Amino acid sequence: MPAGMIHAEELIYEYDKRDDEGNVIGSERAIDGIDIDIPQGSFVAILGHNGSGKSTLAKHMNAILVPTGGTMWVDGRDTKDPAQLWDVRQTAGMVFQNPDNQIIGTVVEEDVGFGPENLGVPTDEIWQRVEESLKAVGMLERRKDSPNKLSGGQKQRVAIAGVLAMEPKCIVLDEPTAMLDPNGRKEVIRAVEELRKKKQVTVILITHYMEEVIDADQVFVMDGGHIVMHGTPREIFSRVDELKTYRMDVPQVTMLAEELRRQGLDLPAGILRREELVEALCRLR
Amino acid sequence: MSIALEHVSYVYSPGTAYEKHALKDVSFEIPQGQFVGIIGHTGSGKSTLIQHLNGLVRATSGRVLYEGRNIYEDGYNMRELRTRVGLVFQYPEYQLFEVDVISDVCFGPKNQGLPQEECEKRAREALEHVGFPEKYYKQSPFELSGGQKRRVAIAGVLAMRPKVLILDEPTAGLDPKGRDEILDQISELHRKTDMTVILVSHSMEDVARYVERLIVMNRGEKMLDGTPREVFRHYKELEKVGLAAPQVTYVMHDLKARGFDVSPDATTIREAAEEILGSFRRSGKI
Repeated sequence: MPAGMIHAEELIYEYDKRDDEGNVIGSERAIDGIDIDIPQGSFVAILGHNGSGKSTLAKHMNAILVPTGGTMWVDGRDTKDPAQLWDVRQTAGMVFQNPDNQIIGTVVEEDVGFGPENLGVPTDEIWQRVEESLKAVGMLERRKDSPNKLSGGQKQRVAIAGVLAMEPKCIVLDEPTAMLDPNGRKEVIRAVEELRKKKQVTVILITHYMEEVIDADQVFVMDGGHIVMHGTPREIFSRVDELKTYRMDVPQVTMLAEELRRQGLDLPAGILRREELVEALCRLR
Repeated sequence: MSIALEHVSYVYSPGTAYEKHALKDVSFEIPQGQFVGIIGHTGSGKSTLIQHLNGLVRATSGRVLYEGRNIYEDGYNMRELRTRVGLVFQYPEYQLFEVDVISDVCFGPKNQGLPQEECEKRAREALEHVGFPEKYYKQSPFELSGGQKRRVAIAGVLAMRPKVLILDEPTAGLDPKGRDEILDQISELHRKTDMTVILVSHSMEDVARYVERLIVMNRGEKMLDGTPREVFRHYKELEKVGLAAPQVTYVMHDLKARGFDVSPDATTIREAAEEILGSFRRSGKI
């Protein structure tokens, strides 16, 4: 029996390649034999370049895609089993990249209430959930506003609240900050942090921004449909050269520390935060 | 082609309940060949500003001058201006439409009325500038990866051989390596061709690394204008308007506060490393 909230064994996702006339000319593996286990309540980040397969993997976590080989279990449910589909989707909620594609309501609170309403939650409880979810992402005071008046970061927080209101055990965020400005990115990451602490939801964050993953429990790096690196942020970011071969980067502070190490300063590897670097330099003085 | 903005203001829906001052009394000059960054949070007026630079939007008041000529005067050749001032929008790959890469890049020069041979020559040159591999020239642009599509879209503008290239967040959504590659190529192009490059960006680290001058927009006004070092010296003011300095600048300020003999102005990893190593050398620790 699979252990974690998300558990995959030998996961494969293959799709047909077609020519202009629609004839199958071959097949491509977007996911090529992945084993992964994400424990309940943890915060996991997935990194990988454009086309590495990370979004495809994310889409397996709430059965938007089902594997063509191997098995994906979400909270112990096999996503290939059509009878379990409803439960899988209720267990894992998804937030996507574009804030403008995910909001359907004309008023913030109606948008957030849409999910639980569809689940057949009684009206009183819907309102209760809407209030709690908006509070969790710091958007309660905008509940009566029209979503089109919100900034990108605010829209993403409303989208997160909309998922939260369905009370999933797990939230998968597929590059939720890619289209936001630095402020919007901070707002969203702070909201994600909050809900992890307060609600004990399992959080899976897919991103291109290295600074966003330094608080994760585990980091996975993907390349060519495989998981090529796995460890704590400190372990991962101390392997600067290896990360670069996968088109990834490290936070700027880590890079500065690495540069100073190469120039002969005796600093520890995998420094992630500004305070750490400053303290380490003070000790050397 | 020098650019000058003189007291440019732009008001949306004037006289209605939706009236909004998107630009307020903005003035600056950009000499030919400068590499300029524009930063500002969402809604600060950056996009409205760059749309004024090729005449897509007409200022409510004030003047826009190229080589000293007011682009709003009667008989000004706006069509020609738009071929000389190339604007690459956000997510430009959504504007690709042709059957193959080379035809897509040829579209601009073809519209300028150039013969097919010349179009193709320019297209090849433009694709080379953005580092697009020749073996995919005949491929459909829709089958390319995100980074490659972005390159084709930028090449489409370059093929018109603009004197001024304006890019609105050219690296949004790309992976870290893709971001570096695109910016390196733009920087290289700037170095080789004396083209004016105006880069709108959300990444303080990127602008610090590439541009020679930085214009900061806030609530439709020009808030700061100077070299990255000068601008990021005002990091506290920048924070108040939702911006920040590059991470390393903060490290330098922290070190300074802890008594290190360093200048806190460093804005790139290289500058910061030199400052820190210098201070260790001076104190004889290395």
